[in-house]
Amino acid sequence: MSQQLMALVEQPNLKEDVPPFEVGDTVDVHTKILEGDKERIQIFSGTVIARSGSGSREMFTVRRIVAGEGVERKFPLHSPRISKIEVKRSSVVRRAKLYFLRDRVGKAVRLKERRRG
Amino acid sequence: MAPGILGKKVGMTQVYLEDGTAVPVTVIQAGPCHVLQVRTVERDGYEAVQLGFGDKPRRLAARSERGHVAKLDSKGQKKRAAAGVEPLPKADCEPQRFIREFRGSSDLEVGATVGVDSFAEVKAVDVVGTSKGRGYSGVMKRHNFAGQRATHGVKKVHRHAGGTGASAYPSRVFKGRRMAGQYGNARITMRNLQLVKVDTENHLMLVRGAVPGPNGGYVIVSQTNKVG
Repeated sequence: MSQQLMALVEQPNLKEDVPPFEVGDTVDVHTKILEGDKERIQIFSGTVIARSGSGSREMFTVRRIVAGEGVERKFPLHSPRISKIEVKRSSVVRRAKLYFLRDRVGKAVRLKERRRG
Repeated sequence: MAPGILGKKVGMTQVYLEDGTAVPVTVIQAGPCHVLQVRTVERDGYEAVQLGFGDKPRRLAARSERGHVAKLDSKGQKKRAAAGVEPLPKADCEPQRFIREFRGSSDLEVGATVGVDSFAEVKAVDVVGTSKGRGYSGVMKRHNFAGQRATHGVKKVHRHAGGTGASAYPSRVFKGRRMAGQYGNARITMRNLQLVKVDTENHLMLVRGAVPGPNGGYVIVSQTNKVG
Protein backbone atom coordinates (compact mmCIF):
# COMPACT_ATOMS: atom_id res chain seq x y z
CA MET A 1 0.00 0.00 0.00
CA SER A 2 2.64 2.48 1.03
CA GLN A 3 4.71 1.50 -2.02
CA GLN A 4 1.79 2.42 -4.23
CA LEU A 5 1.35 5.73 -2.46
CA MET A 6 5.04 6.53 -2.97
CA ALA A 7 4.71 5.69 -6.65
CA LEU A 8 1.71 7.99 -6.80
CA VAL A 9 3.72 10.86 -5.36
CA GLU A 10 6.69 10.27 -7.63
CA GLN A 11 4.70 9.74 -10.81
CA PRO A 12 4.27 13.44 -11.76
CA ASN A 13 7.99 14.00 -11.22
CA LEU A 14 9.09 11.31 -13.63
CA LYS A 15 10.16 12.30 -17.11
CA GLU A 16 8.58 10.41 -19.92
CA ASP A 17 11.20 11.13 -22.52
CA VAL A 18 14.24 9.62 -20.84
CA PRO A 19 16.07 7.60 -23.50
CA PRO A 20 17.04 4.08 -22.53
CA PHE A 21 20.74 4.12 -21.72
CA GLU A 22 22.94 1.80 -19.76
CA VAL A 23 26.11 1.80 -17.78
CA GLY A 24 29.03 1.98 -20.19
CA ASP A 25 27.23 4.17 -22.71
CA THR A 26 28.78 7.40 -23.87
CA VAL A 27 26.23 10.18 -23.50
CA ASP A 28 25.80 13.90 -24.02
CA VAL A 29 23.94 15.46 -21.10
CA HIS A 30 22.30 18.78 -21.92
CA THR A 31 21.89 20.79 -18.74
CA LYS A 32 20.11 24.11 -18.40
CA ILE A 33 22.29 26.70 -16.71
CA LEU A 34 20.96 29.96 -15.38
CA GLU A 35 23.37 32.86 -15.81
CA GLY A 36 21.85 35.94 -14.28
CA ASP A 37 18.46 35.82 -15.91
CA LYS A 38 19.59 34.18 -19.11
CA GLU A 39 19.32 30.48 -19.62
CA ARG A 40 21.71 28.48 -21.72
CA ILE A 41 22.42 24.86 -22.37
CA GLN A 42 25.68 23.23 -21.36
CA ILE A 43 26.68 19.85 -22.66
CA PHE A 44 28.62 17.39 -20.57
CA SER A 45 29.68 14.31 -22.48
CA GLY A 46 31.31 11.22 -21.08
CA THR A 47 30.82 7.62 -20.05
CA VAL A 48 28.03 6.57 -17.72
CA ILE A 49 29.82 4.70 -14.96
CA ALA A 50 26.95 4.20 -12.54
CA ARG A 51 23.21 4.44 -12.11
CA SER A 52 21.75 4.53 -8.65
CA GLY A 53 18.43 4.95 -6.91
CA SER A 54 14.97 4.37 -8.23
CA GLY A 55 11.85 6.30 -9.10
CA SER A 56 12.18 10.06 -9.12
CA ARG A 57 15.38 9.78 -7.07
CA GLU A 58 17.35 7.98 -9.75
CA MET A 59 20.81 9.42 -10.40
CA PHE A 60 23.52 8.63 -12.91
CA THR A 61 27.23 9.36 -12.91
CA VAL A 62 29.09 10.51 -16.01
CA ARG A 63 32.87 10.42 -16.19
CA ARG A 64 35.10 12.10 -18.70
CA ILE A 65 38.72 13.13 -18.95
CA VAL A 66 39.30 16.88 -19.12
CA ALA A 67 42.86 18.03 -19.72
CA GLY A 68 44.25 14.78 -18.41
CA GLU A 69 42.20 14.96 -15.26
CA GLY A 70 39.22 12.71 -14.58
CA VAL A 71 35.98 14.63 -14.00
CA GLU A 72 32.78 13.03 -12.75
CA ARG A 73 29.36 14.59 -12.54
CA LYS A 74 26.35 13.03 -10.91
CA PHE A 75 22.99 14.03 -12.38
CA PRO A 76 19.45 13.44 -11.14
CA LEU A 77 17.85 11.57 -14.02
CA HIS A 78 14.45 13.22 -13.73
CA SER A 79 15.58 16.76 -12.96
CA PRO A 80 13.89 19.46 -15.03
CA ARG A 81 17.31 21.07 -15.38
CA ILE A 82 18.40 18.26 -17.65
CA SER A 83 16.86 19.03 -20.98
CA LYS A 84 18.16 16.13 -22.99
CA ILE A 85 20.28 13.01 -22.79
CA GLU A 86 21.78 11.76 -26.05
CA VAL A 87 23.30 8.32 -26.35
CA LYS A 88 26.35 8.48 -28.62
CA ARG A 89 27.87 5.05 -28.25
CA SER A 90 27.28 1.86 -26.32
CA SER A 91 29.91 -0.44 -24.86
CA VAL A 92 30.21 -4.01 -23.69
CA VAL A 93 30.39 -3.97 -19.91
CA ARG A 94 30.05 -6.80 -17.43
CA ARG A 95 29.35 -4.93 -14.25
CA ALA A 96 26.86 -2.38 -12.94
CA LYS A 97 29.40 0.14 -11.66
CA LEU A 98 32.49 1.02 -13.67
CA TYR A 99 34.46 2.45 -10.77
CA PHE A 100 37.53 0.57 -11.96
CA LEU A 101 37.85 3.17 -14.72
CA ARG A 102 38.97 5.65 -12.08
CA ASP A 103 42.22 3.74 -11.65
CA ARG A 104 42.93 3.66 -15.36
CA VAL A 105 44.59 6.23 -17.53
CA GLY A 106 45.12 6.71 -21.23
CA LYS A 107 44.21 3.95 -23.62
CA ALA A 108 43.12 1.62 -20.83
CA VAL A 109 40.02 3.76 -20.28
CA ARG A 110 38.54 2.67 -23.59
CA LEU A 111 35.59 0.29 -23.57
CA LYS A 112 34.73 -2.17 -26.30
CA GLU A 113 31.89 -0.93 -28.46
CA ARG A 114 28.62 -2.75 -28.50
CA ARG A 115 26.65 -2.57 -31.71
CA ARG A 116 22.98 -2.10 -31.11
CA GLY A 117 20.75 -4.09 -33.30
CA MET B 1 -10.21 25.01 9.57
CA ALA B 2 -9.61 21.88 11.60
CA PRO B 3 -7.28 22.17 14.59
CA GLY B 4 -5.21 19.30 13.25
CA ILE B 5 -5.27 15.96 11.53
CA LEU B 6 -3.99 12.47 12.22
CA GLY B 7 -1.98 10.47 9.74
CA LYS B 8 0.59 7.89 8.94
CA LYS B 9 4.13 8.39 7.72
CA VAL B 10 4.45 6.71 4.34
CA GLY B 11 8.07 7.43 3.55
CA MET B 12 10.49 9.94 2.11
CA THR B 13 11.24 10.88 -1.46
CA GLN B 14 12.05 13.97 -3.44
CA VAL B 15 9.99 16.15 -5.73
CA TYR B 16 11.12 18.76 -8.23
CA LEU B 17 9.90 22.32 -8.22
CA GLU B 18 9.30 24.16 -11.46
CA ASP B 19 12.72 25.80 -11.38
CA GLY B 20 14.36 22.41 -11.06
CA THR B 21 15.23 22.40 -7.38
CA ALA B 22 14.82 19.04 -5.74
CA VAL B 23 12.97 19.17 -2.44
CA PRO B 24 13.25 16.34 0.10
CA VAL B 25 9.78 15.50 1.32
CA THR B 26 8.07 13.14 3.71
CA VAL B 27 4.81 11.69 2.47
CA ILE B 28 2.08 11.61 5.10
CA GLN B 29 -1.19 9.85 4.52
CA ALA B 30 -3.57 11.97 6.56
CA GLY B 31 -7.23 11.51 7.17
CA PRO B 32 -10.03 11.35 6.48
CA CYS B 33 -10.46 11.54 10.25
CA HIS B 34 -13.77 11.08 11.99
CA VAL B 35 -14.71 13.43 14.77
CA LEU B 36 -15.47 10.99 17.58
CA GLN B 37 -16.22 13.36 20.42
CA VAL B 38 -16.43 17.05 21.16
CA ARG B 39 -15.36 18.08 24.65
CA THR B 40 -17.16 21.03 26.12
CA VAL B 41 -16.53 23.18 29.15
CA GLU B 42 -19.91 22.33 30.64
CA ARG B 43 -19.50 18.58 30.50
CA ASP B 44 -15.75 17.96 30.49
CA GLY B 45 -14.24 21.13 31.88
CA TYR B 46 -12.27 21.90 28.74
CA GLU B 47 -12.80 22.31 25.03
CA ALA B 48 -11.35 19.88 22.51
CA VAL B 49 -12.20 17.72 19.54
CA GLN B 50 -11.33 14.06 19.41
CA LEU B 51 -10.30 12.67 16.04
CA GLY B 52 -9.81 9.07 14.97
CA PHE B 53 -7.70 7.75 12.10
CA GLY B 54 -7.48 4.33 10.50
CA ASP B 55 -10.15 1.66 10.70
CA LYS B 56 -9.64 -1.25 13.04
CA PRO B 57 -11.43 -4.53 12.32
CA ARG B 58 -14.42 -4.88 14.61
CA ARG B 59 -13.31 -8.36 15.70
CA LEU B 60 -10.06 -6.87 17.07
CA ALA B 61 -11.69 -3.90 18.77
CA ALA B 62 -12.75 -4.10 22.39
CA ARG B 63 -16.42 -3.55 23.15
CA SER B 64 -15.60 -0.19 24.65
CA GLU B 65 -13.84 0.82 21.44
CA ARG B 66 -16.82 -0.25 19.38
CA GLY B 67 -19.21 1.50 21.70
CA HIS B 68 -17.15 4.66 21.48
CA VAL B 69 -17.81 5.11 17.78
CA ALA B 70 -21.30 3.62 17.39
CA LYS B 71 -24.39 2.97 19.42
CA LEU B 72 -24.34 -0.41 21.17
CA ASP B 73 -27.13 -1.84 23.21
CA SER B 74 -26.14 -2.32 26.81
CA LYS B 75 -27.71 -2.66 30.21
CA GLY B 76 -26.19 0.57 31.44
CA GLN B 77 -27.52 2.42 28.47
CA LYS B 78 -31.04 1.15 29.06
CA LYS B 79 -30.80 2.25 32.66
CA ARG B 80 -29.63 5.67 31.64
CA ALA B 81 -32.41 5.94 29.05
CA ALA B 82 -34.90 4.98 31.74
CA ALA B 83 -33.49 7.68 33.99
CA GLY B 84 -33.91 10.16 31.19
CA VAL B 85 -30.23 10.80 30.42
CA GLU B 86 -29.58 12.07 26.91
CA PRO B 87 -27.31 9.58 25.04
CA LEU B 88 -24.04 11.01 23.72
CA PRO B 89 -23.82 11.53 19.97
CA LYS B 90 -21.78 8.89 18.14
CA ALA B 91 -19.72 9.21 14.97
CA ASP B 92 -21.19 5.99 13.56
CA CYS B 93 -17.99 4.75 11.97
CA GLU B 94 -15.68 1.75 12.26
CA PRO B 95 -13.58 1.46 15.43
CA GLN B 96 -10.52 3.69 15.06
CA ARG B 97 -6.91 2.67 15.48
CA PHE B 98 -5.36 6.01 16.37
CA ILE B 99 -7.33 8.49 18.48
CA ARG B 100 -6.11 11.87 19.71
CA GLU B 101 -7.64 15.05 21.03
CA PHE B 102 -6.93 18.58 19.89
CA ARG B 103 -7.44 21.25 22.49
CA GLY B 104 -9.39 24.39 21.75
CA SER B 105 -12.78 25.25 20.45
CA SER B 106 -13.85 24.55 16.89
CA ASP B 107 -17.04 24.34 14.92
CA LEU B 108 -16.69 20.60 14.26
CA GLU B 109 -19.45 18.24 15.30
CA VAL B 110 -19.44 14.56 16.11
CA GLY B 111 -19.66 12.50 12.94
CA ALA B 112 -17.98 15.08 10.74
CA THR B 113 -14.84 14.15 8.83
CA VAL B 114 -11.61 16.10 8.63
CA GLY B 115 -9.61 15.73 5.44
CA VAL B 116 -6.37 17.11 4.08
CA ASP B 117 -8.37 19.72 2.18
CA SER B 118 -8.57 21.70 5.42
CA PHE B 119 -4.80 22.20 5.07
CA ALA B 120 -5.00 23.59 1.54
CA GLU B 121 -4.24 27.14 2.67
CA VAL B 122 -1.65 26.20 5.28
CA LYS B 123 1.99 27.10 4.63
CA ALA B 124 3.76 25.30 7.46
CA VAL B 125 2.89 22.56 9.93
CA ASP B 126 4.06 20.99 13.16
CA VAL B 127 4.35 17.22 13.10
CA VAL B 128 4.35 15.07 16.23
CA GLY B 129 5.55 11.48 16.08
CA THR B 130 7.20 8.79 18.14
CA SER B 131 10.87 8.55 17.25
CA LYS B 132 12.52 5.25 16.38
CA GLY B 133 13.48 3.43 19.56
CA ARG B 134 17.19 2.72 19.92
CA GLY B 135 17.02 1.05 23.33
CA TYR B 136 19.50 1.72 26.11
CA SER B 137 22.31 3.51 24.28
CA GLY B 138 25.72 4.75 25.27
CA VAL B 139 26.76 8.38 25.25
CA MET B 140 28.49 8.19 21.87
CA LYS B 141 25.30 7.19 20.09
CA ARG B 142 22.90 9.12 22.29
CA HIS B 143 24.70 12.44 22.75
CA ASN B 144 27.40 12.33 20.07
CA PHE B 145 30.19 12.23 22.63
CA ALA B 146 33.61 11.62 21.14
CA GLY B 147 34.50 8.64 23.35
CA GLN B 148 38.06 8.00 24.29
CA ARG B 149 41.20 7.00 22.46
CA ALA B 150 41.82 3.59 20.96
CA THR B 151 45.34 3.39 22.38
CA HIS B 152 47.69 5.32 24.69
CA GLY B 153 46.74 3.44 27.81
CA VAL B 154 42.96 3.60 27.47
CA LYS B 155 41.59 0.38 28.93
CA LYS B 156 38.10 -0.91 28.15
CA VAL B 157 36.54 2.55 28.26
CA HIS B 158 36.88 3.47 24.57
CA ARG B 159 33.19 4.32 24.22
CA HIS B 160 32.70 5.80 27.67
CA ALA B 161 32.17 9.39 28.63
CA GLY B 162 35.06 11.08 30.44
CA GLY B 163 34.50 12.64 33.84
CA THR B 164 31.05 13.57 35.06
CA GLY B 165 32.07 16.48 37.27
CA ALA B 166 34.41 17.76 39.96
CA SER B 167 35.40 15.80 43.07
CA ALA B 168 35.23 16.87 46.73
CA TYR B 169 33.10 19.84 45.88
CA PRO B 170 30.23 19.23 45.05
CA SER B 171 30.68 15.51 45.82
CA ARG B 172 27.78 14.73 43.54
CA VAL B 173 26.85 14.75 39.89
CA PHE B 174 24.84 17.74 38.78
CA LYS B 175 21.39 17.14 37.40
CA GLY B 176 21.12 17.12 33.64
CA ARG B 177 24.52 15.48 33.11
CA ARG B 178 24.26 13.65 29.81
CA MET B 179 24.74 9.93 30.28
CA ALA B 180 23.77 6.60 28.74
CA GLY B 181 20.11 5.67 28.82
CA GLN B 182 16.98 5.04 26.80
CA TYR B 183 17.31 6.69 23.41
CA GLY B 184 14.42 7.18 21.04
CA ASN B 185 10.85 5.91 21.32
CA ALA B 186 9.89 9.35 22.61
CA ARG B 187 7.33 11.88 21.51
CA ILE B 188 9.09 14.34 19.22
CA THR B 189 7.66 17.48 17.64
CA MET B 190 9.12 18.85 14.43
CA ARG B 191 8.05 22.46 14.21
CA ASN B 192 7.51 24.72 11.25
CA LEU B 193 7.87 22.18 8.45
CA GLN B 194 6.98 23.64 5.10
CA LEU B 195 3.92 22.08 3.52
CA VAL B 196 4.99 21.42 -0.05
CA LYS B 197 1.84 19.89 -1.47
CA VAL B 198 -1.61 18.69 -0.44
CA ASP B 199 -3.15 15.90 -2.51
CA THR B 200 -6.83 15.88 -1.63
CA GLU B 201 -7.67 13.04 -3.96
CA ASN B 202 -5.31 10.54 -2.34
CA HIS B 203 -5.35 12.08 1.14
CA LEU B 204 -1.64 12.82 1.03
CA MET B 205 0.45 15.63 2.40
CA LEU B 206 4.02 16.36 1.36
CA VAL B 207 6.03 17.95 4.13
CA ARG B 208 9.51 19.29 3.57
CA GLY B 209 12.18 17.43 5.52
CA ALA B 210 12.12 14.54 7.92
CA VAL B 211 9.40 13.52 10.33
CA PRO B 212 10.05 11.49 13.52
CA GLY B 213 9.31 7.79 13.56
CA PRO B 214 9.46 4.81 11.22
CA ASN B 215 7.55 4.49 7.98
CA GLY B 216 4.05 3.42 8.93
CA GLY B 217 4.25 5.26 12.24
CA TYR B 218 1.35 7.44 13.32
CA VAL B 219 1.77 11.21 13.35
CA ILE B 220 -0.22 14.23 14.47
CA VAL B 221 -0.16 17.17 12.07
CA SER B 222 -1.34 20.64 12.95
CA GLN B 223 -0.80 24.12 11.64
CA THR B 224 2.42 25.47 13.06
CA ASN B 225 2.25 27.68 16.12
CA LYS B 226 5.58 29.24 15.29
CA VAL B 227 5.29 32.94 14.58
CA GLY B 228 6.98 34.54 11.58
